Amino acid sequence: MARRSLPLLKHLLSRRIPARSVTYMHRPGDGSPRPVTLIPGDGIGPMVTGAVEQVMEAMHAPVYFEKFEVHGNMKAVPPEVLDSIRKNKVCLKGGLVTPMGGGVSSLNVQLRKELDLYASLVNCFNLPGLPTRHDNVDIVVIRENTEGEYSGLEHEVVPGVVESLKVITKFCSERIAKYAFEYAYLNNRKKVTAVHKANIMKLADGLFLESCREVATKYPGIKYNEIIVDNCCMQLVSKPEQFDVMVTPNLYGNLVANTAAGIAGGTGVMPGGNVGAEHAVFEQGASAGNVGSDKIREQKKANPVALLLSSAMMLRHLQFPAFADRLETAVEKVILEGKCRTKDLGGTSTTQEVVDAVIDALD
Amino acid sequence: MARRSLPLLKHLLLSRRIPARSVTYMHRPGDGSPRPVTLIPGDGIGPMVTGAVEQVMEAMHAPVYFEKFEVHGHMKAVPPEVLDSIRKNKVCLKGGLVTPMGGGVSSLNVQLRKELDLYASLVNCFNLPGLPTRHDNVDIVVIRENTEGEYSGLEHEVVPGVVESLKVITKFCSERIAKYAFEYAYLNNRKKVTAVHKANIMKLADGLFLESCREVATKYPGIKYNEIIVDNCCMQLVSKPEQFDVMVTPNLYGNLVANTAAGIAGGTGVMPGGNVGAEHAVFEQGASAGNVGSDKIREQKKANPVALLLSSAMMLRHLQFPAFADRLETAVEKVILEGKCRTKDLGGTSTTQEVVDAVIDALD
Repeated sequence: MARRSLPLLKHLLSRRIPARSVTYMHRPGDGSPRPVTLIPGDGIGPMVTGAVEQVMEAMHAPVYFEKFEVHGNMKAVPPEVLDSIRKNKVCLKGGLVTPMGGGVSSLNVQLRKELDLYASLVNCFNLPGLPTRHDNVDIVVIRENTEGEYSGLEHEVVPGVVESLKVITKFCSERIAKYAFEYAYLNNRKKVTAVHKANIMKLADGLFLESCREVATKYPGIKYNEIIVDNCCMQLVSKPEQFDVMVTPNLYGNLVANTAAGIAGGTGVMPGGNVGAEHAVFEQGASAGNVGSDKIREQKKANPVALLLSSAMMLRHLQFPAFADRLETAVEKVILEGKCRTKDLGGTSTTQEVVDAVIDALD
Repeated sequence: MARRSLPLLKHLLLSRRIPARSVTYMHRPGDGSPRPVTLIPGDGIGPMVTGAVEQVMEAMHAPVYFEKFEVHGHMKAVPPEVLDSIRKNKVCLKGGLVTPMGGGVSSLNVQLRKELDLYASLVNCFNLPGLPTRHDNVDIVVIRENTEGEYSGLEHEVVPGVVESLKVITKFCSERIAKYAFEYAYLNNRKKVTAVHKANIMKLADGLFLESCREVATKYPGIKYNEIIVDNCCMQLVSKPEQFDVMVTPNLYGNLVANTAAGIAGGTGVMPGGNVGAEHAVFEQGASAGNVGSDKIREQKKANPVALLLSSAMMLRHLQFPAFADRLETAVEKVILEGKCRTKDLGGTSTTQEVVDAVIDALD
């Protein structure tokens, strides 16, 4: 009897793959192909964006790409690229290196400011079949993307003394808080946690918290709490399951997102995007490792999973939920099966091998 | 060991069926603002089932609010303020409207569809888990042309005792419904579209419809296309329904096919549906049979709200509130699967309110 139960159990486990939606009705014309601006970027960028292109083609997804060469060492994002994103309203990008040293600001930051992509979202969750030290991790980090420590305002007061201005505004704090609570509301999330250091920066982070509290009162069905960022980092690595949606100013969001991504399975598998009132840019969720290393690039062993899942996020954004589901499901199947994994997930596969496996897994 | 497996099996059946939340969702700022929806409770059991929707929406704190209007099937026309409301909101939820027999009054359902050019009607016929039926693996979407064909309303008495009824088929309408059907299949990962016709008899009318379907089919090489004569279709539906995926039909056949498919899949009381055009959408119970119910059902307050609840989930998805749609859909499925609260048509004895309360309790 126990042995006879096993096939049934296995069958039920395979039920993990969601059935198609029975309550979907599209608008006429919704299936027309949509243009998407594509920036392969630096390092492993072209490899992982190439993975997305292949999978989109295999699915016959209703998107086509307008590709542009952009590199992190350029002085500015070329105007034609910005024009393309403004027209298409959607962009998919690989990583862009941010050189150190003076004179060049980050093109990632420039892109966000130019297009007012004020919300950055990273989804950190356990992928079934991927062993980690923590289970039940399902955290969405929503980070303010246009101000804070990234204002870019720095100057040398006198030789040997440098000031860097952290700018927090009521306007930007309020809109990121609104975005976070709106996300929780729309996605049936129960709690929003604001991350801050208002015990030290009483005015700046205090203003951020004030804005969060005000918005929280408008969503009585969603629990709200606050946590100091150092305690937050400790809690993240000890009890990550306590977090649901987190909303943060710029710098803390960067740290928290990478930490959460790491404990949930690694930055190589976490999707993310940046969004504003008019545009959205999708990329690997957590920034660490998004350009990869020369070694990974030469061996062609970059992990395409993060960007594939970000592409699923993009498809959902474009209101192609069935294609998003197919892609997401295929990626999850490949990870669950465990045969094709890149090195960061404990495997030895090349990028192309993972892509081929995902394409085979498409239903 | 076998006994120890049972709780685990039950746990897997119940919990794993509920889909995990989407990990690849990112909304646009402002997407959570409440949206207005025109609500027409309608006739018979209409107010009862639309009331069910209102209660569940409130329990979910869904971002919709209703503009309610009294409309009844025996009225001469849909009041202008109702049409204005639908034109403004672009979305409407309605209960059934009776279509009186006899001359002088045309169906208000038909009038609504023509006035707003709701040219596509969609009905989803599928097996609900836990609902016993004679057929498994039924998952059929019927897409019906909604504005022409036998419903043109053009009839006249040539001479006393001789009446002609004009069936009108146009290239324009045939083409756009075919496009809609193939687009649905493409967007929803469906593999086959079947065109239902009687072109062996009506060679010109249904022939034009088929010609349009064939033309559109060539643009979707990844989707299989075939054709079936409507009488054979009805027979195949009741013997091997699992062979159908998406069906596209002219007006009258769509009405018959949708009700037949809904019946074999579990009954018209649980199948969602809607009508859509380039600018507006109206959601209602999918298959028309029984949508007004009977006096007895109304008096006993035992109307089945499931169809309209699922149509509301369809509406929420249409408004791009997928998490709310999932919650509602999941709650309804839970209640049906559990089997304690079911109306008479599903083999139970519950009132409408009991089913609604169970759905609200099942919301996660």
